Amino acid sequence: MSAELGFGLLAFVLVGLPAIRVVTCRDLVRGVLWLAVTLLGTAVLYALLRAPFLAGVQVLTYVGGVVTLMVFGVMVTRKHEASTVPVDGTNKVRGALAALGFFGVVAWAIFRTDLSSLLPVETPSTQDLALSLLDPYLLAFEVASVLLLAAIVSAVVLARRRDPVPGTAESVQRSAIQEGSAP
Amino acid sequence: MTLRALLLVATALFSIGIYGLLTRRQAVALLLSIEVMANAANLVFVAFARFGGAPGQPLVLFALAITVAEVAVGLALVLLLYRRHGDTLLELASEAKG
Repeated sequence: MSAELGFGLLAFVLVGLPAIRVVTCRDLVRGVLWLAVTLLGTAVLYALLRAPFLAGVQVLTYVGGVVTLMVFGVMVTRKHEASTVPVDGTNKVRGALAALGFFGVVAWAIFRTDLSSLLPVETPSTQDLALSLLDPYLLAFEVASVLLLAAIVSAVVLARRRDPVPGTAESVQRSAIQEGSAP
Repeated sequence: MTLRALLLVATALFSIGIYGLLTRRQAVALLLSIEVMANAANLVFVAFARFGGAPGQPLVLFALAITVAEVAVGLALVLLLYRRHGDTLLELASEAKG
């Protein structure tokens, strides 16, 4: 029992507290940085669960990639120096009620389920993981690569500024401005 | 470290994500909450790979790829919202309302 309490405390410090900061921080940049702490804490939990490769991937792609992207997103779309947004009270109460209700229902289900038949087993090594990606999950692997390609292309298409179509009023105006400013 | 404790931790993380999703008004903050929730789901996958030997670890890799794709497209949409309205509050994105 005391071991479980210790794990609960560890998990709270590693992921619980940072996650709470992520959803309550007024400053978005700090929220993103707290998200990085949450993800690092999850990587520690992965390592404790004997999934060292996943812990490494988590640090590399999430903390290295996603968080960096998020910081850029926040910085580019920031209106003022300290962009804080008020949250109205009823919204907060409703959100807390929904979250607590969800937690209650799922925790009740977890306590009712008999988990004693699930014993710790040997986790797959990195080699096993690579072999399983390229043999039983080959189709899913290829679909994931197509999904990533589609996501990259769509992100570029969405975020790109529209080029003016030649011959329209806007492009004529723009070229006139450019000619006017040229010496 | 038991399976039950891990599942409870993942559920708590997911609930925190739900709270953020329902209370924040900025689009980027919503993306952050979704990240927390996806993280909780991944934790469950890894926990069941350790206890009982479900093939959870390859699934986590695919979930990671999907999350990264979602963040890229989501941030592009946030950028569009900012260009059109000068802010990223979510209630500004109401053009598609019927």
